[in-house]
Amino acid sequence: MARLYTEEHEWIELDGDVATVGITDFAQGQLGDIVFVEVPDTGAELTKGGDAAVVESVKAASDVYSPVSGTVTEGNGALEEDPALVNSDPEGEGWFFKLKVADKGELDGLMDQAAYKAFCDSL
Amino acid sequence: MSDGDILDEPEIEEHAPDALPLDAWHRAHGGRMVPFAGYWMPVQYEGIMAEHLWTRESAGLFDVSHMGQLFVSGEGVEAALEAVLPIDLSTLKPFAPRYSMLLDETGGVLDDLMVTRWSSGFYLVVNGATKWDDIAHLREHLPDEVTLTHLEDNALLALQGPKAFEALERLASGEYPLSALSFMQGGRFMVAGVECWISRSGYTGEDGFEIALPADEVAKVADAICGQPEVKPIGLGARDSLRLEAGLPLYGHDLSPEHSPIEADLLFAINKRRRSEGGFLGAERVLREIAGGAAHKRIGLTLEGRQAAREGAVVFAGDRAIGALTSGGFSPSLGHPIAMAYVAADHAAPGTALEIEVRGKRLPASVVKMPFVPHRYYRKGAQ
Repeated sequence: MARLYTEEHEWIELDGDVATVGITDFAQGQLGDIVFVEVPDTGAELTKGGDAAVVESVKAASDVYSPVSGTVTEGNGALEEDPALVNSDPEGEGWFFKLKVADKGELDGLMDQAAYKAFCDSL
Repeated sequence: MSDGDILDEPEIEEHAPDALPLDAWHRAHGGRMVPFAGYWMPVQYEGIMAEHLWTRESAGLFDVSHMGQLFVSGEGVEAALEAVLPIDLSTLKPFAPRYSMLLDETGGVLDDLMVTRWSSGFYLVVNGATKWDDIAHLREHLPDEVTLTHLEDNALLALQGPKAFEALERLASGEYPLSALSFMQGGRFMVAGVECWISRSGYTGEDGFEIALPADEVAKVADAICGQPEVKPIGLGARDSLRLEAGLPLYGHDLSPEHSPIEADLLFAINKRRRSEGGFLGAERVLREIAGGAAHKRIGLTLEGRQAAREGAVVFAGDRAIGALTSGGFSPSLGHPIAMAYVAADHAAPGTALEIEVRGKRLPASVVKMPFVPHRYYRKGAQ
């Protein structure tokens, strides 16, 4: 399934019942050098729009929200050792967490790549 | 993702920000401009981490033209300044900047500043965000015979880093060579055909220079300095992380009317004669705290791991809240978070183990002596 985007600059890609979530290249560019990431524990219950992870640059801390509700199946442990992966490969190796999606209907209303690009250009 | 503003706290702007003389220069060099102290200023160019480390290993050029440059002169100017500053001007040699502070009647800090004796008066450099209040405060307290001039047509650059000297020496000429300046000495030099007031001083803990010059010629000088292979332009973000590592307080964060200079651990700014004689605004509290100690103290803290604690985070000794952070962030040079805080004086000794509450968790922290990163100022005869 194609990758979808939120107005809070998370991306989500569904594969079967499990979705992978991260922050966008636009978001990492705005944050600058990322020095710390805290991902959710396996088994954590997330709600759509609720706090899911923390990302910190040299200057600021930001919350990462879950684009949909679900149960975390895995956090990206590589980010603990190498948070700069979020800068170098935000939409690949720098993913944050995977979750089992509770209701795929919650994906409706998220932006596709073209709509997200237009959204970023408008900021 | 939440809006993690790249500056600690988004400033509430009453008016649209003004443009500094180098505004177009910053944009042409890829500066990401943000509102700060009433101006559009570059928070970063290529990235805070890279700019920070470049300044520590080579040299960085900072535009600090938002700061207030003032000139105070006239009959009785020395006595008038000593009434508002805890400085001893009788020991202030010409062209040697000295750190001082504006205090209110109750001993709170209104601003910190640099004071230099020029031939016909005193040159003051104050913080950008406080300059209008400082001017009002000084006009209120200085007698009519003393004239305060706001040098609004001046710009101010800072060139900082271990290679700042070799880069600037190539461009500077004057009555004496640039090498004649030791830390906290200044003089007049020509740089790229422009007459500049240069002092060997700064806000990073490194060797370096601060360069005051006419605003309409600053782009030419910035081009000449950044044309040197050692130099890159550096934004506000790295300026903040560099000064934090150097243990230097930032007004509005680590210094405020809430705290006295003694609580801020800046006794050195109360010059020796003034400690016994007093006679400056706020002296009663300052002298009392010199004699009897202050209830709180500004300290440095280091944290383990990588998660930083930020301004406002509460500091605990066991279950007891004993203070709060006034600055905090990740130290690019050290690779772990550092912070400044005011805490109860009985928990301020280096080595004390404390905890900082961050997002509902307690992070362990240790009190350490500042600076976090050693100063590398150039002092003749001390090399």
